[in-house]
Amino acid sequence: MRLIGRSFRAHPIPHAIAITGAILFAVSVVALSRAIAWVTDELIVPGLGGDGVSNQQLLTGFLIILLIALVRGAGAVVRRYYLAMAEYRTGGTWRAQLYAQYLRQPLSFHRSTPTGQLLAHADNDLVVAGIVLKPLAFAVATVVLAFLAIISLALVHPLFGVVAVVLLPILMIINQAYSSRVAGPAAEVQQAVAEVTNVAHESFDGIMVVKTLGRTDDEVARMREASEDLRSKRLRVGGLRAIFEPLLETLPSLGVVVILLLGARLVDDGTISVGDVVGAMSLFSVLSLPIRIVGFFLQSMPASVVALERIDGVLDLPFPEAHHGNVDALPEGPLPLRFDGVSFAHGANIVLDELDLEIGAGETLALVGATGSGKTTLLELTAGLISPNRGTIALGGVGQDDLLPLARAARLGVVFQETFLFAESIRENITMGDPAHDDAVFEAARASNAHAFILETPDGYDTVVGERGVTLSGGQRQRVALARALFRAPSLLLLDDATSALDPSVEAEILRGLDGRPMTILMVAHRLSTIALADRIAFLDEGKIVATGTHNELLGLDGYRTLVQAYEEA
Amino acid sequence: MLGGLELIEEEQPPALGILRRGLRESPELRRGLRVTVVFALLSAVARLVLPVLIQQTLDGGFDEGNVDVTFVVRTALAAGGLICVIYVLTTLTYRRVIETAENTLLALRLRTFTHIQHLSLAEHTSSRKGILTARVTSDVETLAQFAQWGALAWVVDSSLIVGTLAVMAFYSWQLALLTIVVYIPLLPILRAIQGRQLRAYNDVRTKTAETLGRTSEAVAGAATIRAYGYQEEVGDRLEEANRELVTAQTHAHKFFSVLAPTMDFFGGVATGAVAVVGVLLGPDTLTVGEATAFLFLVTILIQPISQLGEVLDQTQTALAGWWKILQMIDVPIDVVEPSPGVALDYGAPEVELRNVDFTYRTGDQVLHDVSVVIASGASVAIVGETGSGKTTMAKLLTRLADPTDGSVLVAGVDLREVSTSSRNQTIRMVPQDGFLFDTTLRENIRFGRPGASDIDIDAAVDSLGLGDWMGSLPEGLDTAAGERGEGVSVGERQLVALIRAQLADAGLLILDEATSAVDPETEVRMAAALERLSRGRTTVSIAHRLSTAERADLVIVMDDGRIVESGPHRDLVTQGGIYAALHRDWVGNTQQA
Repeated sequence: MRLIGRSFRAHPIPHAIAITGAILFAVSVVALSRAIAWVTDELIVPGLGGDGVSNQQLLTGFLIILLIALVRGAGAVVRRYYLAMAEYRTGGTWRAQLYAQYLRQPLSFHRSTPTGQLLAHADNDLVVAGIVLKPLAFAVATVVLAFLAIISLALVHPLFGVVAVVLLPILMIINQAYSSRVAGPAAEVQQAVAEVTNVAHESFDGIMVVKTLGRTDDEVARMREASEDLRSKRLRVGGLRAIFEPLLETLPSLGVVVILLLGARLVDDGTISVGDVVGAMSLFSVLSLPIRIVGFFLQSMPASVVALERIDGVLDLPFPEAHHGNVDALPEGPLPLRFDGVSFAHGANIVLDELDLEIGAGETLALVGATGSGKTTLLELTAGLISPNRGTIALGGVGQDDLLPLARAARLGVVFQETFLFAESIRENITMGDPAHDDAVFEAARASNAHAFILETPDGYDTVVGERGVTLSGGQRQRVALARALFRAPSLLLLDDATSALDPSVEAEILRGLDGRPMTILMVAHRLSTIALADRIAFLDEGKIVATGTHNELLGLDGYRTLVQAYEEA
Repeated sequence: MLGGLELIEEEQPPALGILRRGLRESPELRRGLRVTVVFALLSAVARLVLPVLIQQTLDGGFDEGNVDVTFVVRTALAAGGLICVIYVLTTLTYRRVIETAENTLLALRLRTFTHIQHLSLAEHTSSRKGILTARVTSDVETLAQFAQWGALAWVVDSSLIVGTLAVMAFYSWQLALLTIVVYIPLLPILRAIQGRQLRAYNDVRTKTAETLGRTSEAVAGAATIRAYGYQEEVGDRLEEANRELVTAQTHAHKFFSVLAPTMDFFGGVATGAVAVVGVLLGPDTLTVGEATAFLFLVTILIQPISQLGEVLDQTQTALAGWWKILQMIDVPIDVVEPSPGVALDYGAPEVELRNVDFTYRTGDQVLHDVSVVIASGASVAIVGETGSGKTTMAKLLTRLADPTDGSVLVAGVDLREVSTSSRNQTIRMVPQDGFLFDTTLRENIRFGRPGASDIDIDAAVDSLGLGDWMGSLPEGLDTAAGERGEGVSVGERQLVALIRAQLADAGLLILDEATSAVDPETEVRMAAALERLSRGRTTVSIAHRLSTAERADLVIVMDDGRIVESGPHRDLVTQGGIYAALHRDWVGNTQQA
């Protein structure tokens, strides 16, 4: 109910129109049954009983039915269309709210929530939450319809009213029983489908391993098991359908038979006319469908509520407060960087511990350290993606709390280990929407050793990459990401093992090319050849800078030497 | 390296062609079909009981205010009984149709899955994994959806339409004709609406995919977006995609909204027309009961017509899916297992490639006349750029595909004649991505030799010197591998593959080195483990690192599907060819440090 109320408040007009249409529909359904009664009594019985009817009357009868059919049709169209509009607009509103959260929440939010879950909120959860809106107006119409039907029948004769009052609840109860009984098995079917899909995915994904291990027969057996399970679950649902669906159609038919039996007596008494009986029967025969839709409405309610709760889990998150200052301009040229007592922890796990480090303007510093020593965290802190628990990171002399995030972003070039490309053209990926002259784009691409391969792609710089475009290799993606960073002529370049997928010779060529550029470079390096290109090296161990110096100076340290030797082996 | 299927995909034949072919492939579908149809006809009769009952009682029992109550009661009770009997029959019809459909789908799914499993690896390219999976999942599910609703609708509704028209014609052929005339304009109208609806929903699907794509960018690219302060642009794009989606959805629903009410309206017109024309025809042609029954029959006819209209599109989709599945079954299996086949001797075999060509079905030739002999127990490194044919060579050596021309000999026997079990026993591949099944590491290792005991597994771990690594895992070998093995690092996945090979004690090892960076610690472990593993075995490495090549007995340099250089590392370096140049670069880079 809360769900409906929310959607109603957000989009009142389409909802109201839809419900008006629904009521119009219900009224005309009952009216049509009365019209049929009238037609039977005034046209058919006298006309075919020998008394004769005037053409005038025939025309009136035809026009009345036509008019009611038209109103009924219009009511249904209005109801369906405006309800769908309300549903889709509600979905759109929710989606927009989710997007706002996805973009505004800090990176830690994304780190702590699986990607699949965030996508599911914007996709499946929204659809499921919206389903309950679909039959809403219809449900209103059905209640009105049931009410009007009972009144109209009771007006013809109280006994007919009684039949309706008895039969309608029975139909609803049976329908409810069907819904509640089929819900469990239907969910199990969905799970079984997912399992079959899993097996197929895993099996084809690992086909190389399956084949080289000679596991083909085992995989087929696994698939057989999953498929047979799915079949047996489907058959259970099918069994329930076989019992209930025909039953829901049969019961109103039996109701018609009862009406006829009662009607025979009442017509005999002279209490009602033949037309009254026929009209009542016609009304009964159209009652089962609306009731089933109300059932669908009730049945989808719990799932919709759960889905909406999941969405709310995200929507209710408070927007992160902006605790940054308003320094919006950093000094021109390469920026110096300084860490003062910086600490960072993931829960109880201390990643950086009172770290101090200073990097001069225009300097190239390589961070070396074992896996888990905190290199990536250091870079993420610098980029402002996460905030330190303690300490100051001063960029160009401005501490992170005084700096406007956009001012930092404008001067930064960042290439992560996992490169991310948008599903856009290569040019868009490099310029990020900045309308730029080709020369600037080409220059950045050349410096990243990407120009040549980009020209070889089907549409050159206009080639769309990603799922619906060209798939680039890991090395190519890294080079495009690097070109993106260089295109911005950053004053501070952060490279997190950004060239790991490249040949050592290509990597060295690119890094040497960066030398003449007016920027400070902070990079995480795993290869000796990369380390060698740095002006200075900082050796990081367990969240602290152990030492800084040149490669040869640091070779005196045991830890450093062992680590670098391991790199050399690799 | 696209697979071949896109090219051989034939034009979809007409519906009947697919149906005939499908029926031939699925004998389950034909079984008991006739009985099912008879049942369906009977259940259609159920809905016709009422109008007939009305006609009977009105004409036989009601007469100008005097009612023959006994007659009405008797007829009504008979009708009620009939309705109950037919209910039971309908239940049985539902059951039969659903059961037949499910059995058919099960057999079809398994057959397709088995077929795909047996296709050579040349068909299993990464770009086609999605397609292959779709054939046994979403395509079969499309058929399942159809079987549950569409197929039932075809059987029941068509029976109902025929039955209703028959009863109508029996009462009055003139009114039956009138009904058909009133309903005929419905067909083009419905087709037009449905055609538009279909196109509109296609648009909705495209827009949905676009919106989802944008959403996943916003989520997956969270770090990049934040680092570049790109939130606003991404937000604008999302908003636009969202707006377009809502517009497309609402537009598509226009057609859906109009569809059913249009039919109902025609139903109203038919009711009115039948009443008026019925009276005009006069008492000589029509009784009161017949005319009244007609009012009901006209309404009954609407429902199956509209359902069939809706089902028609579903049918087209289902047929398309069916066709795709049938085509999959038609893809020939290239790698045919010999039976029984030759068993190889235990130990490190000599390996020879003799004039090997390999061409993908698309026509891309990736190996040209490759000949090489690898001595028993030797270690060989194959180097070359991406696309030079290294990986294809590895596939041929493990018989994941057969050469188009020439032959692969292991211990002097053509690999095509080696029995499946002996091949699996003798040849082991350590694939690049180190795919693991979603179970524990221990079970993944055990796949190397089904039935191996935990003690055997521990021994294999120890013999490769990986005991300390095992100890460093959170739950030792009982650590979960996760989906595709993503619960552990790439390097660790390769370690598992190495242990698996050790457990199998294969004579010929094919190693596909990982291209992506592995953390140095694991890298060192792996090198040591490899060293131990390759003792006493013939080893072929697809090398991405020159350090691997340096350690090999023989280096083979591939370029554009040909062997361009081969020989020991030292010789090649002094020769001054491609390899020497590669090596110079590499040494130059490492020694600067």
